[in-house]
Amino acid sequence: MSAFWLTITVLILSAFGAYAGRAQSLRVAGGDARKLHSLPKYYSSFVALGVLIPCLFVLVIWLFAQPMLIERGAEQMLNASGEPSLVMSDVRRVADGLGIAVAQGALSETEARAPIDNLRDVLGSVGVALGNDVTPDVLSAAQDMRAQEQRGNQFRMFAVLGLAALTLVFGLSRITPEFRARNAVERVVLALLITAASLAILTTVGIVLSMIFETRNFFGLHSWKDFFFGVKWAPNFRGDSELSILPLLWGTIYISLIALLVSVPIGLFAAIYLSEYAGPKTRGVAKPLLEILAGIPTIVYGLFALLTIGPLLLNTFGSGGLLGVEWMSGATAVLTAGLVMGIMLIPFVSSLSDDIINAVPQAMRDGSLGLGATKSETIRQVVIPAALPGIVGAILLAASRAIGETMIVVLGAGAIAKFSANPLDAMTTITTRIVSQLTGDGDFASPETLVAFALGLTLFVLTLGLNIIALYIVRKYREQYE
Amino acid sequence: MSDPVKPSLLTLDARTKKRNMAETRFRMYGLAAIGTGLAMLVLLLVTIFGNGLGAFQQTFVTLNVPLLESKLDKKGERDLAKIKKVSTFGYAPLLSQAMEDALAENGIDSDLKAKKQAALLSKSAAADLRNFVIANTDKIGETVEFTFLANSRVDGYLKNRVTRTSIADDKSINAEQLDLVDELVAAGVIKKRFNISFITGADASDQRPEAAGMGVAMMGSFFMMLVVLALALPIGVAASIYLEEFAPKNWITDIIEVNISNLAAVPSIVFGILGLAVFINYMHLPQSAPLVGGLVLTLMTLPTIIISTRASLKSVPPSIRDAALGVGASKMQSVFHHVLPLAAPGILTGTIIGLAQALGETAPLLLIGMIGFIASNAPDSVASGLLYPNSAMPAQIYEWAKRADPAFYERAWGGIIILLAFLITMNTIAVLLRRRFERRW
Repeated sequence: MSAFWLTITVLILSAFGAYAGRAQSLRVAGGDARKLHSLPKYYSSFVALGVLIPCLFVLVIWLFAQPMLIERGAEQMLNASGEPSLVMSDVRRVADGLGIAVAQGALSETEARAPIDNLRDVLGSVGVALGNDVTPDVLSAAQDMRAQEQRGNQFRMFAVLGLAALTLVFGLSRITPEFRARNAVERVVLALLITAASLAILTTVGIVLSMIFETRNFFGLHSWKDFFFGVKWAPNFRGDSELSILPLLWGTIYISLIALLVSVPIGLFAAIYLSEYAGPKTRGVAKPLLEILAGIPTIVYGLFALLTIGPLLLNTFGSGGLLGVEWMSGATAVLTAGLVMGIMLIPFVSSLSDDIINAVPQAMRDGSLGLGATKSETIRQVVIPAALPGIVGAILLAASRAIGETMIVVLGAGAIAKFSANPLDAMTTITTRIVSQLTGDGDFASPETLVAFALGLTLFVLTLGLNIIALYIVRKYREQYE
Repeated sequence: MSDPVKPSLLTLDARTKKRNMAETRFRMYGLAAIGTGLAMLVLLLVTIFGNGLGAFQQTFVTLNVPLLESKLDKKGERDLAKIKKVSTFGYAPLLSQAMEDALAENGIDSDLKAKKQAALLSKSAAADLRNFVIANTDKIGETVEFTFLANSRVDGYLKNRVTRTSIADDKSINAEQLDLVDELVAAGVIKKRFNISFITGADASDQRPEAAGMGVAMMGSFFMMLVVLALALPIGVAASIYLEEFAPKNWITDIIEVNISNLAAVPSIVFGILGLAVFINYMHLPQSAPLVGGLVLTLMTLPTIIISTRASLKSVPPSIRDAALGVGASKMQSVFHHVLPLAAPGILTGTIIGLAQALGETAPLLLIGMIGFIASNAPDSVASGLLYPNSAMPAQIYEWAKRADPAFYERAWGGIIILLAFLITMNTIAVLLRRRFERRW
């Protein structure tokens, strides 16, 4: 029975449990629901949940554990010949292909278990293409794997269905008029709620573990000194790649800096105007309009950089351009990506600063205005200094967004890793390199691919650090006036 | 001795003037900043619509094609297997013939070779004709009126994207062919009209930009959103209910809270790395599948949904809870029967906004392989929709942007219009819901 039908069966059994639980509760109460501790529906959900949760839990665990155990067994058998990771993928492919061939009738069940001569043709006829010839070792391992899988699936069916029957009987047997079904159900629901809440932790753990694990593999193949302190980024497939993060970090920081130079003054002044000068009408129109910029997907900004801003800059600074200078040689450049990223961050900076400026108590403004200061003097000398920590926090958050931004730099910044101070040069960033190292055909055992995980971990740590500092500053500042 | 003449209070002294000037200047800076922001928005929208609207129009060539029996079915048996053996090359002479007929009919003289004339048609024309013949074998021997896509260069010429100066070193079209196009346009054989297959059709290979469409990528996005909705909404709401209503104040819940607010700010590409490492390399889920994309986007959207759900739970006044508890409801009953229904509109709004965010996200999709292939097959069932390789709208736009052909750029901008139409619809629904159901306690 496949996992899908097994799930359906469990669901049907659980629905039956719900019905039976209700009937049983009314029966033990002699048809008078008032004699029960809880409402009949709680008895019914008690039985249903009692069947559903353990069975699905076992099923999910089984789905993950069985392939891992079987593969480990097959791997140990095969360790003699060739590169294990490559052979294992062959074995998996052959085993899957045999299953498909049997399902489509190209092979009978007994044929699939015996040695096969024309394996490639048979599997090719059902749409499973095999790259290299299959050795007898691989075939027997695949057949072995398939047999184990079939046995495992049978065990799985018995285990799950047995558990379902057991929990159904147990749930029904618990029903007495005194049984506190509501409390039991509520405890289960609470446990489910807690599980959902801890998924956030699980995600973080998943992110950190998956990256640390692969980063460790990377540092096993490539020296960490070169990664952190080298000066060159030059991956190649000869095995002597220079993979240093520093040129990428420089590109990232340079682009983010330009983005902040664009977005912080514009965003800050927009926030000041909106919160201090604008009437409710202007505010009601301008604020949502600015926030549209924040809702536009980054791929749109990427295209805007590549096809609009880049050529525009090239026509100005490139050869034969408006200024008659030859400072720019291609549309992708630090300035292209930085400008567009700055536009994207304007609403981010303005709405955060707007909140913070609004949180400054009115009494401080009134005091300053009462002493005869003009509005702009009040803003410059009272409101902004009071809001400064919060604004710094907002800028840090914007910086973290800029560092982690991907699509704009992938399309607009170029692919050359170098240290250069010229904003019209093409440079590359951490996120761009992650995308290009992981979207190629590289296998997951080469340092050129694994370096992406080290880059990702660095990026994660960098943005996390900025966020924590920013949130700490913002929170601390908010408490000051509360 | 006399005091110096005091200036009147009504005339401003130099210092006051200076301060007032500074005040005006400051105000102008603010206005300029807002103006710049709005100007950027306008520039962006003008660029998108100026470049993208063209993709919704396409140039078509209407020809009368003689389906010669001698070419397609020599023995006249109408045996489908044999008709299928005629490859698209076998159909090329028919197209040339049809083109010549059209020229003769309209009295157009052209020195061009037949092959050059037929090159005005899309490279998919022969395949389209072949599919038609295989579906309608009884039409063999007749002359059928057929509307073909024009080649993307011809299309570009009609849309002013390709000009006579820009084709100087273009191998696929020359000036004589453009002359012919002009005459055919005048004769009404070549026409530009609305192209529905850009919205509903599949992607095409990089030789045939004129045939590429968003439809299949839209299906991919749809299935991803289905996964996100099915997972992120229940999990997000459950997590928020626990944190807002039940969680004791201790260090564990503190960690969870800090964690969620930090996850909301993690760069989206990091979620892509997680998806690649966990879902594809570790769990061996199929690459490029909308299921994996949906899972990754779920993890990315969860913090957004949790934060907005908690805000709307928080806005339900405690008196509601107290009243429910007062008449004997359990804590769980008070939450599920009273607080949750009252918070539902807010939760819904937050979910829609989260979904809109996920719909436009591209970076994680690049890492789990939703680019780099031609999304040509529309899924035929829910299972294949979830598990078979597909693209998604933003990934498709990226793919077109990478193909470095102005015809595909136009399609990328057009794709952005479609994507924005979805986002605007979703956000409008969210705003309307909020307006309609928002309650002030």
